Amino acid sequence: MRVGICGGGPAGLYLAVLLRRAGHEVLVRERNPPGVTYGWGVVFSDESLAELRDADYETYLQIDAALVRWSSIDIHYAGERIRSTGHGFAAIARTTLLRLLAERAAVLGADVAFSVEVPADDPLAPFAGCDLVVAADGVRSVLRSAFAGQFGTTFTPTASKYVWFGADLALPVFTFIFSPTPQGLFQVHSYPYDAHRSTFIVECSEAAWRSAGLDTMGEADSLAFCQSLFEPYLGGHRLLSNESVWRTFVTVRNRAWHCRVGDQDVVLAGDAAHTAHFSIGSGTRLALDDAIALAKAFVAAPGDRAAALAAYEGDRQPVVERFQEVATDSARYFESVSRYLGFAAEPFAFNLLTRSGRIGHLNLTARDPVLVNRVDRRFAAAGPGRLVVPAPLFTPLPLAAGCTLANRVVVASGTLDEAVDGLAGEAHAAALDAAAATGAGLVVTEEVAPTADGRVTIGSPGLWTDEHAEAWAKLAARVHEAGSKLALRLTHAGRRGATLPRGRGLDRPLPAGGWRLLAPAPLPYTARSRRPEAMGPGARDAVRAAYGDAARRAADAGVDVLVLDMADGYLLASFLSPLTNPVSDSTAAAAEGADGLEARAAYPLEVLAAVRAAWPAGRPLAVRLVCDDRLAGGLTAGDGVALARRLAGAGAGLIDVAAGHTVPEAGADYRRLFNAGLADRVRNEAGVAAVVGGHITRLDEVNTILAGGRADLCRLDPGRYQRGALP
Amino acid sequence: MRIGVGLPTSTPPLGAAHRGPELVDWARRAEAGPFASLGVTDRLVYDCTDPLVALAAAAAVTERVRLVTMIIIGPVRPAAVLAAQAASLDALSGGRLTLGVSLGARPDDYDAAGAAWRGRGRALSDELAAMRDIWDGTTVGPRPARPGGPALLVGGGSGAAFLRAARYGDGYVHGGGPPRAFAGAADRARAAWVDAGRPGAPQLWGQSYFSLADPEAGAAYLRHYYAFTGPFAERVAAGLLDSPKAVREQVAGYAEAGCDELVLLPATSDPSELDRLADALA
Repeated sequence: MRVGICGGGPAGLYLAVLLRRAGHEVLVRERNPPGVTYGWGVVFSDESLAELRDADYETYLQIDAALVRWSSIDIHYAGERIRSTGHGFAAIARTTLLRLLAERAAVLGADVAFSVEVPADDPLAPFAGCDLVVAADGVRSVLRSAFAGQFGTTFTPTASKYVWFGADLALPVFTFIFSPTPQGLFQVHSYPYDAHRSTFIVECSEAAWRSAGLDTMGEADSLAFCQSLFEPYLGGHRLLSNESVWRTFVTVRNRAWHCRVGDQDVVLAGDAAHTAHFSIGSGTRLALDDAIALAKAFVAAPGDRAAALAAYEGDRQPVVERFQEVATDSARYFESVSRYLGFAAEPFAFNLLTRSGRIGHLNLTARDPVLVNRVDRRFAAAGPGRLVVPAPLFTPLPLAAGCTLANRVVVASGTLDEAVDGLAGEAHAAALDAAAATGAGLVVTEEVAPTADGRVTIGSPGLWTDEHAEAWAKLAARVHEAGSKLALRLTHAGRRGATLPRGRGLDRPLPAGGWRLLAPAPLPYTARSRRPEAMGPGARDAVRAAYGDAARRAADAGVDVLVLDMADGYLLASFLSPLTNPVSDSTAAAAEGADGLEARAAYPLEVLAAVRAAWPAGRPLAVRLVCDDRLAGGLTAGDGVALARRLAGAGAGLIDVAAGHTVPEAGADYRRLFNAGLADRVRNEAGVAAVVGGHITRLDEVNTILAGGRADLCRLDPGRYQRGALP
Repeated sequence: MRIGVGLPTSTPPLGAAHRGPELVDWARRAEAGPFASLGVTDRLVYDCTDPLVALAAAAAVTERVRLVTMIIIGPVRPAAVLAAQAASLDALSGGRLTLGVSLGARPDDYDAAGAAWRGRGRALSDELAAMRDIWDGTTVGPRPARPGGPALLVGGGSGAAFLRAARYGDGYVHGGGPPRAFAGAADRARAAWVDAGRPGAPQLWGQSYFSLADPEAGAAYLRHYYAFTGPFAERVAAGLLDSPKAVREQVAGYAEAGCDELVLLPATSDPSELDRLADALA
């Protein structure tokens, strides 16, 4: 096979090496002269080095001899330096890597030519006669652009600004620096790549960048600014510029990685195929892995280009997508790291090291047991001499005097819809027993209605009679006997009420025997739902009073935590959202000049006040809050933060962070920990204690969320536990 | 985990799939074999026997196996028509129908049916809700064999699809791929189920193509069937289970991922496929 490779970067040159070894004819065309490159050092992990060793031992030996290795990460934060060990990494000067690869390719007989410009109007011209043309010409690939429609290329910019400097000192290890300034936070990602030099990337928000005047500075002034800002860490050494200008990082994705042009196949590799945010340091590794996979595919399917290219894409695309997800999480962390500046050093460091989801509490313990012990000790408020420290999830949480949760796990007893006239019975006892038997510190019920017409389904339990309260008293006693605490979710269903039990689907109106539905506006939940009545002052007074009565009954029944439900499209949530409360709800509040959110929150706040007054002062009161409608025009995460702050100020000690379902088709992506980012934001921007749930199935995930300060309690999904399929 | 097998309704040798004797013979032999269900796929603009007609033929000559659509394209059929057909098949088969419904991936099917490609997600949600009501009611079609109608599985890979399965379905049907892909989708289906407040847990169904009689013809069929996806067709072909070992590994992987039923769809109509598959599973 005759292969033309466009681009003499790591992907192109390494592919030339591997394909020559397999006996293919290879030519490489690079636009720059030899030795000219941008950027400084590049990083490898131990894993990627093992791949190189297996693919071409000679190249591996030469690269290995030129590597700088380290196994620690220094985090400079709030005047402290925290060092985390056990992270095996290595780096090499980019120029050295390229020289070694070019030499090896030439030795193996590849035709490598530099200073060859690829014409944008006919980018295949230099590769006439090649069966396969590889677009390895980088993030701004000319070849990819020429066939962009067939590749389905997309570009996603991140919000931060960054600049790629060198430094004329070899830092001892990988180093993060967090440097707050009056203009905003600046952070550094830096690592040594030879005996005398380091890569030194500076990153900040666009606001900080503008505020510091960097948007109008030239290369020299911006270098001087950073030099001066990081002087304490440079110790007299210089930052170096090589066309080092501020940029916005762009994630490149391609739907297809290869296409057919005439009788030639064009395939993408390296940055032309994909980019992943620099904070996970994986660009070069992914490029070299592409080369390995592509060469392997032609070994496995000799003479069948279509099969080999399909295998290459099938092999690499899922791996790259996973890296891009991880990189996106990492980038998002750095975009929002300002919100953690109040953290103590240990949780700050833990949060940083676990930012992308690749490393959790368990994995970090394997790498660095000393740091994790320190993190856990601080979490448990244990003294410096303590060696025997509970993992974060086993650290008790004192919610109020006389109400300390034994651990940080919440388990829901699940939807039953089996109550008769609101009376909880045997099924509820069994479900709560099972939930308490999981060992969770807190068990939470399904929706419990404060009034008969506040029920979600005909089978929803309630708390509007003394008989109901007696039933709950028995259930609370059972949960206490099992060593857990009981949280009761007090829900008026609003416009989602009067439905069939949810065994065969949601929001199916009762065909007969329904009741009137209440909402802020007369908008049905689905096209098949009955139309609710807009609540007038009389209805509002009655429902508010019923909430108070139910809270009193719950208190008498021995319920430990009352959860006032303002989520999932139920009554109080429908007041909060502009999607369901389109006209400013309280004209009085509007007249006082309050904004829309404050006006819509007025009635839910009245209900909270009524419940707060009825519920014992010393007992914990939580709000399950819709913090994001996940639909354009609805509540945003910023609204969620504002609401959480407001509710906390009005007596809610705990916010259960929820999202979606305000309208029927607004949900989440349901990936692992899908609500964790939102809970993190609400907790740390509003300064409230937070409960998070949503595709959390492992205890290690709970420890990671807690130790990183992303939430205070985690609701574990029954998921596979419930199915008994747990290994 | 239960194992089902597909009916050859669009597979080579062309023509054989559409002849009654061959189809019902396949169904009879599946019923006599170790299979829990007979599955069919759906495509309008292709040489493909209608899925519900094929299942009706199979229903007439079987008594035990479940009959399942893997999947049927919802929005190209009016809700009342699909509900009545499904209720009829459920009634005729003594309650053996499981209806997997999804969007499909081809605009040409929508064009041919005069259905709107835009807004198809919402249309499918409405259709699922409408079918439930029809099966509970007394105005459209026959009463299904069981109260509430056949089990309803919903497919798709987006957050919206997982939510749709949780809002309207009895479970989730995956579109095929390696066990790892199924496991990821199954986890998300469960997470959506819990998030939506459904009681219990969703049924989880998977599917894979196999050909043990003539893998080359099977791969060629998949390349042709999936040609509309471009380069992806090659990947589908690469995923064909073409040996007893590949079948057994796939079965083990799906079982571990918590699949309730894996339906193995034939990629050729060669009558020996069934025996070879039964041997591979033995």
